[in-house]
Amino acid sequence: MTEFFQDLSVNPFLINGLVAGVLAGLACGIIGPYVITKRIVFLAGAIAHIAVGGVGIALFLKYRVPSYFGGLEPVHGATAIAVLAAIIIGVINEKRAEHADTLIGALWAVSMALGILLIKYTPGYQGELMSYLFGNLAYVTRSQLAWMAILDVVILATVLLFHKQFMAVCLDQQLAALQRVPVLVINLLLLCLVALTVICLTQVVGLILVIALLSLPAATVSRFVIGMPALLVGATLLGMLITTVPRIAVYGTAVSPESAIVLVAGGIYLLSLLMTRRVPE
Amino acid sequence: MTALCRGPLTSRSIFSPNTGEPMAFVAPLSKTSQQSVHTSPTVVARLEHVTFSYRSPTGGLLEPVLQDVSLEIYQDDFLGVIGPNGGGKTTLLKIILGLLEPQQGTVSVFGKSPREVRHLIGYVPQHARVDTSVSACVLDVVLAGRICHSPWGFLYSRADREKALAALRLTGTADLAHRRLATLSGGQRQRVLIARALAAEPKLLLLDEPTAGIDPYVEQNLTDLLHALNERLPIVIVSHDIGFVSTHLKRVACLNRRLTVHSAAEVTRSTMATFYGEHVHLVQHAPCCPLNDPGCDHGCVPAHPPTGRKMEQP
Repeated sequence: MTEFFQDLSVNPFLINGLVAGVLAGLACGIIGPYVITKRIVFLAGAIAHIAVGGVGIALFLKYRVPSYFGGLEPVHGATAIAVLAAIIIGVINEKRAEHADTLIGALWAVSMALGILLIKYTPGYQGELMSYLFGNLAYVTRSQLAWMAILDVVILATVLLFHKQFMAVCLDQQLAALQRVPVLVINLLLLCLVALTVICLTQVVGLILVIALLSLPAATVSRFVIGMPALLVGATLLGMLITTVPRIAVYGTAVSPESAIVLVAGGIYLLSLLMTRRVPE
Repeated sequence: MTALCRGPLTSRSIFSPNTGEPMAFVAPLSKTSQQSVHTSPTVVARLEHVTFSYRSPTGGLLEPVLQDVSLEIYQDDFLGVIGPNGGGKTTLLKIILGLLEPQQGTVSVFGKSPREVRHLIGYVPQHARVDTSVSACVLDVVLAGRICHSPWGFLYSRADREKALAALRLTGTADLAHRRLATLSGGQRQRVLIARALAAEPKLLLLDEPTAGIDPYVEQNLTDLLHALNERLPIVIVSHDIGFVSTHLKRVACLNRRLTVHSAAEVTRSTMATFYGEHVHLVQHAPCCPLNDPGCDHGCVPAHPPTGRKMEQP
């Protein structure tokens, strides 16, 4: 661990990784409580996987049409497709189509297949897919950090403005509709924020583990506190700790920091379940 | 005139004796509407020849759930709608709320379309249908009832919190404000849902099966609460509990696809008063169909005079 702090001065990527962890912790701490309250962890998973299609499209265009899309990064494609997916999923859910889960599952699979296919026809970028799937804390670039910071600001501002309406649709959608809350718009906005958060977290722990970061800190804190403001603050703090401390602890060992983060998150959640057999009254 | 259906139940009010404040925010009946018993009753909601069918998955209309339903709800009403499962009770409430649009007929609430004024209607869903696993506390849930009064921002204002707490006090659940919904009993949950509806400062209260899964003692408490609220709000209760509806409410409507209101609805209160004197009791005490309705299949005893009206002189 001391090794980490010694290397900190010579390796700027270490600082980038830490900052990325803090930014991701902030995003998951703010959005996680809504996701677990509204029970849309499955939808968040769908959005994350559908975004693979965006990675594929971005890389394919960048390689095949460099004159137009030379500046395109995988994260741009992932963000665009994730937001699009959030809107489509939100509308499917709103219509309460009888096979909403099947439709979302189909989108999930098809978009992933498309992404993998496109990356296969983009020589030299196989690594990008791996980094999207598993995260890459060791090489977070400054532009990625800037993106994450912007996403955090957008998430924070939206939540500060729309918190009451988010809560209304999380608690009881029908009542919210009766009280003149534009339920579809608010749901879509929330899902878009989930999409942005998923993209933000994917930079840190990768697609496979992103759901852990989105749900576990909030679920852990919800065992101990009552009321949404406390849950938001607690989940944010825990999220920031979880995305930074394990990363420092395993530095210099063979353990990948991404896995360490998720294992610690899962371990803390398990511990919280054991500590509080009943949720607080 | 207040003798109308106000039994001894109201004397045991749930209002805290040392505070008039919880009562202050619920819109009191205006003087004119209170007097309307003697003149003509103010109609707060009117359904005329409403027919509604749900759509099948292929888009075609299914058999009507409601057929040619006409109903008026008055300012001081305490109406019970009884009927078998699938008889259209919840559908009727959803039409009044504007959540469903009838294929035929017209609906007006406070003289406007339900969609325009639905925020003025307090709706209490079946407590069993509300998700209780959320991490929010009771106060959060009740505050969500204030959303149409303050939709923006992160925290509710002090005034909003006061009104939510007042609604909790009014329903006798103030001590539960910081508990989770999951840790409450069915009766407590029902009261919290009523508080949530009251927090929105409604002008009409609709309750869906408030006595489902509640024991007789809690049911009595609930009845007292509703009677107290009825002093200032028209209330409509939907239930399959014939005993509850027929013993506690002012008017009874029987709904099984077609709706037949207890004849008191067709005859206005003023004509009632003219015909039968001031102290008419509209409460049904017999567990039988008040309508003599052949379409009603509760096993009710159709033993009414041809007018379908059952009166009791106190």
